[in-house]
Amino acid sequence: MASIEMNNIVKQYGDGYPAVNDVSLDIPDGELMILVGPSGCGKSTLLRMIVGLEDITSGDMVIGGKRVNDLAPRDRNLSMVFQNYALYPHMTVYENIAFPLRLSKTPDDEVRRRVEEAADVLELREHLERKPANLSGGQRQRVAMGRAIVRQAEAFLFDEPLSNLDAKLRGQMRTEISRLQRRLAITTVYVTHDQTEAMTLGDRVCVLRKGKIQQVASPRELYEQPVNLFVAGFIGSPPMNFLPATFENGRLRTPFGEIPLAEKWAAAVAGRDLLLVGIRPEYFEDASLVEESRRPLGSTFRAPVDVTEWLGDSQYAYIPYEAPEAITTQLRDLSRELDSEELRTQAIVSIDSTSRIREGREAEFWLDARKIHVFDPSTGENLTRDAEAGAELTRQANEDRIEQMEQTRGAAAVGAA
Amino acid sequence: MSRREKTWWWVVGIAIMLYCLFPIAWIISLSFKGPADIANGQFLPSKPSTENYSTILTGSASELFLPALRNSFGICLIATFISCFLSMFAAYAIARLDFPGKRLILSAALGVAIFPVISIVTPLFNLWRQIGLYDTWLGLIIPYLSLTLPISIWTMSAFFREIPWEMEQAAQVDGATTWQAFRKVIVPLAAPGVFTTAIIAFFIAWNDFAYGISLTSTSAARPVPAALGLFSGASQFVDPTGSIAAAAVIVTVPVVVLVLIFQRRIVAGLTNGAVKG
Repeated sequence: MASIEMNNIVKQYGDGYPAVNDVSLDIPDGELMILVGPSGCGKSTLLRMIVGLEDITSGDMVIGGKRVNDLAPRDRNLSMVFQNYALYPHMTVYENIAFPLRLSKTPDDEVRRRVEEAADVLELREHLERKPANLSGGQRQRVAMGRAIVRQAEAFLFDEPLSNLDAKLRGQMRTEISRLQRRLAITTVYVTHDQTEAMTLGDRVCVLRKGKIQQVASPRELYEQPVNLFVAGFIGSPPMNFLPATFENGRLRTPFGEIPLAEKWAAAVAGRDLLLVGIRPEYFEDASLVEESRRPLGSTFRAPVDVTEWLGDSQYAYIPYEAPEAITTQLRDLSRELDSEELRTQAIVSIDSTSRIREGREAEFWLDARKIHVFDPSTGENLTRDAEAGAELTRQANEDRIEQMEQTRGAAAVGAA
Repeated sequence: MSRREKTWWWVVGIAIMLYCLFPIAWIISLSFKGPADIANGQFLPSKPSTENYSTILTGSASELFLPALRNSFGICLIATFISCFLSMFAAYAIARLDFPGKRLILSAALGVAIFPVISIVTPLFNLWRQIGLYDTWLGLIIPYLSLTLPISIWTMSAFFREIPWEMEQAAQVDGATTWQAFRKVIVPLAAPGVFTTAIIAFFIAWNDFAYGISLTSTSAARPVPAALGLFSGASQFVDPTGSIAAAAVIVTVPVVVLVLIFQRRIVAGLTNGAVKG
C-alpha cells in the first residue's frame, strides 16, 4: 500500500498533441481517487501512465516515495482491472486469478489459499474450474477483480470497469467495489466517464478536461462549489441549468425573473455585460408547495411548462427559455463537450412528485436563491465560489475516510493478532 | 432459410464436392487397377488388386519410394518447424511493434512468395554443388524455408493482430516480463494460428517438385514428388501409371490425417471470453 504522487505529468503524442497536460495530483495512502471527464479528456492515458503501459513525456510519477517513471509495469507492483477485463481465455478462472502469483513463483499451497480467499470474497468459489468464455459479464468482471486483489499490490487501478455491464449489475458492482476498497483500505485510482460512479465511489474526484485538471475535490465540494462552468455542468444529473443574466442593483435579471444575489458577491459579479446563472434542478420547486417561511429565501416566477416527467419518487418539468445567440452557442458547445446533445435552451427543474403542474400550461415556480452560482460566460469561471466552504467539505470527507481506514486497519491488526 | 433455398445449397454443395473429389477418387481407383486394366475406359477396376501397392512398398519400386518417403517427411517437418518458429517471432514483431521498415519486410516477404521458383533453381544448383549442399537434407530445407516463411509470416501476423493488446498488457501488469507474456499468454492464444500456419507450410513443402528434382540426385535427399517422376514400369514399354497412382494415394494420406488431427485446433473462436461477450 502506498501513496501516488504526480508532479507536472505531461503526455505528448508523436504529433505533438498533449493528451495529458501538466497534471499534478497527490493520492494519499488508502484513498479512492476518481479520474473523471468526457471521452478524450486524458483520464485513461493518465491511468496507463501510472501503471506503466504508457510512457511519460515529462514530469515525475512517484509511487510509495519511489520515482517509477522508468520502471516496467511488472516492477511497479500495481494491479489493474481493464475495461474489457482482459481475462486469459485459455486458463480456468482459478488459473486466471492465480496468474500473478504463479509469475512471482509463489508455492502451490500458498497460491491455493490466496486464490480461494479471493474467490470467497467475490463469490466465485463454484466457478473456479470454468473457463472465462462460459461466464456471464458480471462473473467475468469479478474474475478480473479477483486477479487484482489476489496479490498484495501497492494500489488498485480501475479503467472503466463497469461500462460493459447493464445498468442493474453496474449498480451492484459499484457498491461491491466500494465495499472491497473500504475493507482492504488500499490506494485506488478509478477511471470513469460516468458522473454517478464518480460521485458515489470517490473519496475525492479529479475532473479532467482536454488533459488538464479542472478541480480535485470531494464529491460534495464538486457539487456545491464547482470551480467553473465545465465542472458545474459535468457533475450532477440532471445537469445544472444555465440561464443568461445581467446584474443590476444587486439583483440578477434572468428569463425567469429577477433573482436576489447575496451582497458579498456583488463586487465579484459587477462590471460584466452578460453572466450565466447556474441553478441545479432541485433548487426549484412548485411555488404552490413551498412553505410560507421559505418563500422569502428565493424568488417566484411564472413560466410555461413544455414537458413533465413523473418518476414516482420525483418529477421533472422542462421549461424552455430564450437566450442570446452567443449564450445558446456556448451552451451547445459545452453540452457537446460533455458528451450530450442539448438541442434547445430549456431548464430542467425538479418539483415535488405530488405537484399537479401540467405540461403545456403556465405554472408558478419558486427557486432557492441561496445556492445559485454565477459564472463568467467568457472564461467559464465561477464568480461566486466559496473556496473556504468547499475546502471544509473536502476536509470533512477526508477525516471520515481516515477514521474509517484506521478502523479497518485496526480491526485487521486485531484479527491478525 | 426457406426449404427451397436449403435444397439449393445442398445441391450446389454436393456438385462442388463431386467436382473436387472426383480426381482423388480416380487416383484411388487407378491405384487398384492391374496393368491390363489401366486403359480399360472404366471408372472402377475390373479386378481390384493391391499389386501396385506391393510394388512400391516391397517390390521393385520400393528402393526408390521408401527412402523418398522418409526424406519427404524429415525435410518437410523440419522446414515446417523452423518456419513456424521463426515466423512466430517475426509475425509478433510485425503485429505488435512499431519499427522502421515494417512495410518493407512485409512486401519483401510477399515478393519472395511470388518469385518464380524455376528461375532460381539453376543458380541454386550451381551454388549448392560448390558448397556441398547438393543432394542433402539441408540443401532442400533452406529453399523450402524461402517458400514457407513468407506465407507463414503473413498468416501468423494476421492471427497475432486478432489477439487483444490488453491480454499482453494485463500480463505485464500482473508481473510478467515481455517474454513471459509472449510465452504464457500470446502463444497459447495464437495456437490455432500456429497450427494453421504449420499445415499450410507443410503442404507447400510437401508438394514441391522443382527444388526436389533439381537439387537432389540420389535417395539421400530425394523427396517423394521427385521420386514419382523417376518411377519406371516393369519394362520400358509399360507405363508406371499404377504405381504412381498408388504412391500418390500414400502421400495424400498423411496430409489428410494431419488436417483431421488439427481440425479441432484450427476452429476459430478460441479467444472467446477474453473480452466482454
